[in-house]
Amino acid sequence: MKCKIKTFGIARDILGNKELIMEITGNKVIDLRNELSEKYPKLESLKSLFIAVNQNYAEDHMELKDSDEIALIPPVSGG
Amino acid sequence: MINITENPIEIIKVIDAVAALGAGGLNVFIGNVRGTANGKTVRWLEYEAYEGMAVAEIKKILDAATLRWGLLGCAVSHRVGTLKPGETAVVVAVSAPHRKESFEACEYIIDQVKVKVPIWKKEVFENGEEWVEARPQMTIHSN
Repeated sequence: MKCKIKTFGIARDILGNKELIMEITGNKVIDLRNELSEKYPKLESLKSLFIAVNQNYAEDHMELKDSDEIALIPPVSGG
Repeated sequence: MINITENPIEIIKVIDAVAALGAGGLNVFIGNVRGTANGKTVRWLEYEAYEGMAVAEIKKILDAATLRWGLLGCAVSHRVGTLKPGETAVVVAVSAPHRKESFEACEYIIDQVKVKVPIWKKEVFENGEEWVEARPQMTIHSN
């Protein structure tokens, strides 16, 4: 499936784009996570990486749809 | 009131937003940019937010705090963009019937904002820049 992904902070620096479309095999958050790690090994150096779906933190087993707004959330540092 | 803004935060407006009859205690936290980080001089910070989700996450935190401490009002304003040392990055205001609840709720809200809300800051130094909290800290041993 095709995932439309927004990136922020250090994840944007690593992926090199504010938004991108990624083709993944499988349709779960974990499948996207695995594909990302393979393609962008530098993501592994982060303290944490959450994936948000439609502006909510998503669990790995969650199923994705083509229309979902997906975002990579590296460690937050507001305040 | 929840807002993410590129403009300087008008602190008094955040405080006014939580004013309520019956609020005996009103508490405010103001977070400012520090001039140094890990012993290095900070030139400026770059803040960015995933705005829609940031607002939604702040709302969850405020709802939880309201329920737990019986708040009469609560508000968060967070700045994004380029901020220099001394500028205000975040303001939290809460009002409650009594002061104890207002202190506890205010601390809870800022603590939760720092760990849950998708906002990021990059420190820009004289000779480099770094996303805060992004990588595991290296332990520096000194005697």
